[in-house]
Amino acid sequence: MMTETISKQSRPLSSFLLRRAKVRLFSLLALPMTWIVGVYIVSLFLLLITAFWNVDPFTSRVSPGFNLDNFELVLTVPAYIATSIRTLLIALTVTLICILFAVPLGIYMAKIAKPWVRNLLAVAITLPLWAGYLVKIIAMRLVFTEEGFFNWAMAPFGIRGPGFSVPIVILTLTYLWFPYMALPVYTAIRQIPPNLFDASSDMGAKGFTTVNRVVFPLIVPAVIAGSVFTFSLSLGDYLAARFTGGATQMIGSIIAQNINLNPPVAAAYSMIPILFIVIYLMVARRTGSLERM
Amino acid sequence: MKGKKLAILSALSASVLIISGCSSSSEDSSAVSIEVPDIPMHEAMGEFEGELNIVNWSGFVEPAWTDKFTADTGCKVNPRVAGTSDEMVTLMRTGNYDIVSASGDAALRLIVGGDVQPLNISLIPNFSDDIAAGMKGNVYDTVNGKPYGVPIGRGANLLQYNEDVTGGAPESWDVVWELDTPYKGKITAYDAPIYIADAAVYLMYHKPDLGIKNPYALDETQLAAAIDLLKQQNQVIGEYWSDPVAQITSFVGGNTVVGTSWEVLRKFAGKENIKTTLPVEGSTGWFDSWLVSSTTKNINCAYAWMDYTSKPEVNGAIAVNFGMAPANVAYCASSPEAQAHCDTFFAEDEEFFKRIWPWTTPIETCVDGRKDVKCTSFQDWTNAWATVKG
Repeated sequence: MMTETISKQSRPLSSFLLRRAKVRLFSLLALPMTWIVGVYIVSLFLLLITAFWNVDPFTSRVSPGFNLDNFELVLTVPAYIATSIRTLLIALTVTLICILFAVPLGIYMAKIAKPWVRNLLAVAITLPLWAGYLVKIIAMRLVFTEEGFFNWAMAPFGIRGPGFSVPIVILTLTYLWFPYMALPVYTAIRQIPPNLFDASSDMGAKGFTTVNRVVFPLIVPAVIAGSVFTFSLSLGDYLAARFTGGATQMIGSIIAQNINLNPPVAAAYSMIPILFIVIYLMVARRTGSLERM
Repeated sequence: MKGKKLAILSALSASVLIISGCSSSSEDSSAVSIEVPDIPMHEAMGEFEGELNIVNWSGFVEPAWTDKFTADTGCKVNPRVAGTSDEMVTLMRTGNYDIVSASGDAALRLIVGGDVQPLNISLIPNFSDDIAAGMKGNVYDTVNGKPYGVPIGRGANLLQYNEDVTGGAPESWDVVWELDTPYKGKITAYDAPIYIADAAVYLMYHKPDLGIKNPYALDETQLAAAIDLLKQQNQVIGEYWSDPVAQITSFVGGNTVVGTSWEVLRKFAGKENIKTTLPVEGSTGWFDSWLVSSTTKNINCAYAWMDYTSKPEVNGAIAVNFGMAPANVAYCASSPEAQAHCDTFFAEDEEFFKRIWPWTTPIETCVDGRKDVKCTSFQDWTNAWATVKG
């Protein structure tokens, strides 16, 4: 009796909330919901709705309205279509290369390497994240210029770089986004109990079979998670193409070009990567890996 | 730095002194008039408001000359650097800025949009006879006879080349346009819709049948021809540039041998073998001026700023810092260094600038005076440009 009175007096807020579940829920969600709806969804919606608006042909002033001309442009101009396909292929290639590098590296780090090697590799993977994004792109540009490091280092072997082109863009994007694939994959592999490896080898499986039948199924959610990063980040990037792609255009290049000149076209075109990502996530959901993430 | 400077001026071409040499045979300027909102101009100077918010190109507003201005007038200067003409237009439309260092293309859009006001030149004594003849009364800042801008400086889009590779100055722009160019894959071009005008300048010289009289007045057939030429160039191009740093590293690093450039970029490249030339076809260029917002609350500070920056020494300092020809040519005689700068950037060479077509926003009214046909607008150019790169 005595204690109850004291706690009531000393914690009025708690006792107030205890009796009102709705207020409790509201205060819990108020902040994140304000953020998600007010800042995130609304601004995205405002951006996308611009796709239906008109532009004054001379002053480039945007005025609200409704027309589908911008979508027609995006879906019929050959340059836009070619750019969409090119960007999709670049993003898929980058994702694939990241997976090919991340899985063996993750297995080595998690199961084979000595602790100090593992730590060293972990630092090496994350170190590039410490440098600015633009700095890394410019660095790649300098490495692959005609008189840059790559051609200089490879000159004795008679090898010359391809010059600024799509392969260099893929290489740059892989370099930029690799940590986002490597870290989740490594973490997932570390969490695989060691006795699964023992069991696999007890039953006569060789290394490759173990990776294929035991490790890979268990890390698919991590690979999907990583690929969402590498795929979507590559899809939206345009500075890598601008600085290391020569005349290569990506979806982002066209959006950036139009963002001031013709915002409605930019908004309409930004639907394309959104569409790609939605399709990608739906395919990932089909495989059931999103539920296991 | 200056990104997309789509300038404006030629629009009403004959009235444009600069290009009067190019188009002297063409039509009279009164033929072209542009509809603009009616905004009153400032009648008389009053008290200084204490601050001035400027949208400017990088290098136009520096403490080296703003400190004295603030000390003289009490107007505190708040600069905001913009990277492209389009960004400048967007910023000025927020209403948060008093004055902008607009290139011709941004200028005409702002004037037509009612975002800037006509100027009372009698309140700007330094806007005098010392301002280069080629920079006064141009369409980009003088519409229907009303002045809207005070000139700052100008520069040409030149052909830059690596002499070690070319073995001399190319005489023609054909090295960047034709499929049989010896520099395939080593060519750079400016990355903006206004670059279509460069194709038009080339066609004017080599395909007179097209009847192009002004590279900013293209009817549909002429625009299509320019786009075809740009698509042809796309097959031999190495890189498009909008970022000056990228362009410089391309030339210095050997990825680019020939392409569009500015005199100031050649200076920054800092290599003996990298030179610029003005080919036989002539070229395009950019012209900058101060424009005052129609909604400014700091009108007296804005006028004081335009007058102050039109002084020979201040205008010269801006021109030297950015790397362009100063508008006030009285600066050139002030010292041997100043003269050297003016010579490098052709500041007093009106003959040189007569071969330059200043960037002008294309509009439906044909600025070469044709009445029987509708010309393509800037929006058409933007859409057409998107089809070039593929």
